[in-house]
Amino acid sequence: MILNMGPQHPSTHGVLRLELVLDGEVVHDVKPHIGYLHRCMEKHCEVMTYPQVVPYTDRMDYLAAMYNNFGYVGAVEKLMDIQVPERVEYIRVIMGELQRIASHLVALGTFGLDLGAFTPFLYLFRDREKILDLFEETCGARLLYNYMWVGGLSHDIHPDFVRKTKEFIDYFRPTIVELNNLLTFNKIFIERTANIGVCPPKEAINLGLTGPNLRGSGIKFDLRKDDPYSIYDKFDFEIPVGEGGVGSVGDCWDRYYVRVLEVEQSLRIIEQAIDQIPDGDVKAEVPRRVKPPKGSVYHRVEAPKGELGYFIVSDGTVNPTRVKVRAPSFVSLSALGQMAKGYLVADVVAILGSLDIVLGEIDR
Amino acid sequence: MNAEEIYNLLKEKFGDAILEMVSDVPTEPIISVEPLKTNEISEFLRDADELQFDSLMNLSGVDDNNAEKIINEDETTTTKGGTLSVFYHLDSIPLKHKIAIKISTNRDNPEVESVTNIWASANWHEREAFDMYGIKFLNHPDLSRILMPYDWEGFPLRKDYENPEFYEGMKIPY
Repeated sequence: MILNMGPQHPSTHGVLRLELVLDGEVVHDVKPHIGYLHRCMEKHCEVMTYPQVVPYTDRMDYLAAMYNNFGYVGAVEKLMDIQVPERVEYIRVIMGELQRIASHLVALGTFGLDLGAFTPFLYLFRDREKILDLFEETCGARLLYNYMWVGGLSHDIHPDFVRKTKEFIDYFRPTIVELNNLLTFNKIFIERTANIGVCPPKEAINLGLTGPNLRGSGIKFDLRKDDPYSIYDKFDFEIPVGEGGVGSVGDCWDRYYVRVLEVEQSLRIIEQAIDQIPDGDVKAEVPRRVKPPKGSVYHRVEAPKGELGYFIVSDGTVNPTRVKVRAPSFVSLSALGQMAKGYLVADVVAILGSLDIVLGEIDR
Repeated sequence: MNAEEIYNLLKEKFGDAILEMVSDVPTEPIISVEPLKTNEISEFLRDADELQFDSLMNLSGVDDNNAEKIINEDETTTTKGGTLSVFYHLDSIPLKHKIAIKISTNRDNPEVESVTNIWASANWHEREAFDMYGIKFLNHPDLSRILMPYDWEGFPLRKDYENPEFYEGMKIPY
């Protein structure tokens, strides 16, 4: 039997249609149909100047807009060979890691919500709100920041930012324990996620999974360590990997738990960075007309959802010839068909939730 | 392994199918190869012990924007010749090296061999390149449109693309 799940379905995190080929309850094949949110972002970029593209990147993964900015400006700066001031790098890393926490909180919360756990979702959104407040105070926006510009930042941080961020860390750390008690080691939750959607390491690489999904399969690969960009090589943190805590390596629970552990590591990075922010300017010397030399660049960063890559081709004018975004969710979703084979319909919801996709960056 | 060593290794193995290496670009060297040898070369890149490119980071279609523009008598323009390119960015997780491969194909009949059988993640990237540029990936398991509607006409990211006036009888505003 062929069954359509979506385009309007609470567990698809946006407008996504899954064509399920079923035999009773057993899934034989999943064919995702995407494009409902296609906004021609790549075509728009071709008529924009380089700095004008930044707000468009916000709107891809709207749950981690800071990181989309981070990747794009990094790519343009690499192409033009701009050195940004150290203060900018520190602030970018802090903002990036706060954004990672906020994005993971949504991922964890909605994953629980998909499986019927409503309460943790509310707790996590309460905490995410505090991060959004920090962002709002800094740049005036809660979701789509347009904060990182080519060669710098749109605003300097707020005078109270350091104090408030420290307060947030002190407040937030104990709530991870709360989350673990509420959801992570909940028996019903484990029953629903352990040994479901198992993805062996070799297959995970071949399917192109990145970020927490790849690390959930037990591969210690994180671009912040393995291909460092910005100033990530200055900080001391660990890369958590899936170990099959309650089932086998690479199941839904592992992918979930890697995110929980990453939140803790992000807090560590922020703690180290917040005390070291040097004084200085938040804008590098950038020509008024941003005009990179002829050539191409592929720059990748470890976004909350995985490897976010920007491939920019420049023909030496003020407009890019091509901006291709390698969105982590796009590749993760393409792996769904392979991963869901042989499981039940209810498990498809769990597998999809554990991949943590955002349709905004899949359709662009 | 750096790009030069990889280039020499490929050149030794495949000879004329490896066209050139451009290394004066600001960021990363790019190796150009023949379009209809893609599969063979990719398999070697993935399986050779000293290369082990097990992960395809990105696959992207590009319009090189070098087609000749002809202005007709009724002031419409048509294009002639030119090339479309496909860029492959490969990464080796165990050996930690990267390489970019470029394939150029002619614009009138763009054909490239699919690499989906080598890197499963290429599947959707190739569909996207087909959707946006009309590049045909030979032996692809399911080469259909992915972001645009299935019955859309034309390839939107080509530089000579013009917006259609109607879609399914509905007027498209602007």
